[in-house]
Amino acid sequence: MSAPAPLRWQTARIAEVREETPRARTLAFDRPAWPGHRAGQHVDVRLTAEDGYRAQRSYSIASPPGTPRLEITVERLDDGEVSPWLAGEARAGDELELRGPIGGYFVWEPAKGGPLLLLAGGSGLVPLMCIERHRRAAAPEVASTLLVSARGPADLLYDAELEGSAVLTYTREQPPGWTGYARRVDRELLAAVAPPPEQRPRCYVCGPTSFVEVVAEALVALGHHRALIKTERFGATGG
Amino acid sequence: MTSFLRVSPVSRGFRRREPSGDASRIPPGQHLVEGFPVLSAGPTPHTPLDQWTFTLDGMIDEPLRWTWEELRGLPPEPIRCDIHCVTSWSKLDTEWEGVSLDALLEGVETEAAYVTAWCDGGYTTNLPIEDVTDGRAWVAVGYDGRRLEPEHGGPARLLVPHLYLWKSAKWIRGITLRPDDEPGFWESLGYHPRGDPWQEQRYWGD
Repeated sequence: MSAPAPLRWQTARIAEVREETPRARTLAFDRPAWPGHRAGQHVDVRLTAEDGYRAQRSYSIASPPGTPRLEITVERLDDGEVSPWLAGEARAGDELELRGPIGGYFVWEPAKGGPLLLLAGGSGLVPLMCIERHRRAAAPEVASTLLVSARGPADLLYDAELEGSAVLTYTREQPPGWTGYARRVDRELLAAVAPPPEQRPRCYVCGPTSFVEVVAEALVALGHHRALIKTERFGATGG
Repeated sequence: MTSFLRVSPVSRGFRRREPSGDASRIPPGQHLVEGFPVLSAGPTPHTPLDQWTFTLDGMIDEPLRWTWEELRGLPPEPIRCDIHCVTSWSKLDTEWEGVSLDALLEGVETEAAYVTAWCDGGYTTNLPIEDVTDGRAWVAVGYDGRRLEPEHGGPARLLVPHLYLWKSAKWIRGITLRPDDEPGFWESLGYHPRGDPWQEQRYWGD
């Protein structure tokens, strides 16, 4: 193994803040000083208080490779320390530190091909949206199925971008006149929306642990190849 | 070479929460959690216990193998420890039950300097042998008074609490004794070869 370059902390200035939902915001930074990221990777974010206290957390990158800005989407956890600042107080011009990109497993690039099966629970959508955006821009010929499970319409990230292109299921609250799925993802739902196992879809599953456990097990039970199922989890304790 | 002290910018309005727990037990860059988050790279394996074995191989005259019953026949130890995940959470005073690696290595003569732990699902992780001997590592089969749940690595996981938790390989099935340090799964993907939380060895070059 060649000597790898250390991942250094670098100061990043928030260029733009966008509201995604009442609980989640996207923060955009000017392109950081690194060679670029792969779709699905994350960054470590570090905040420093006036008194010198520092706290760091990992966040998935939402923006696809090759775009001028780096974006993360952060959902507020009420008892958290870092996410309430990022998803609440932060505004354009504020500074923090970034380190990355990190993670070389839960990633996709056009050379890996498809079809893609992207399965998102809640804010687990963020790295999958990065992959989907990258596919649309760099390899639109690769087939993709994106299934998103959200508590209700108010919790759905990137709703305008997903409209008509993702399969949605609302587990707790449905919009008036909703005729789509209205339950947690289960084996039958997956069987109905996923490409058949014979097509060997590359499955990326991201969400809370309960979501990931159920979905990954259901994929295996449906005959999908274990080695093609990649998982990443968002605990409710990341703060 | 010029060196300089890097100063972190203040993030306007960011404040520390009320500190909780004993700060001297929380490594740099970590924060406390009450729950037990789950992290893994693929589907949770479910190997039936009557097909489960634990193997010690590599730099050893004859590989050693234990069935589940045989492993459970070895004296279990209670382990109370703090655990630290590279994703920045730490959990204090966790209680485990397991078999010390010293017990599994008893009587084994080896020149090995490193080990690779290998697991159901294909996961591997590398460790210096000093980090898994002298009462520093266990094959854990119980957590919090109960059998270890599959999502936390059951039926058995490695437990090396003084290193970041990715070293405590879930669903462990064996250990290979090696002369050299061969990067495991995360170690090949940018994570530190050793992973000492007190030195904040998260990624390559840390």
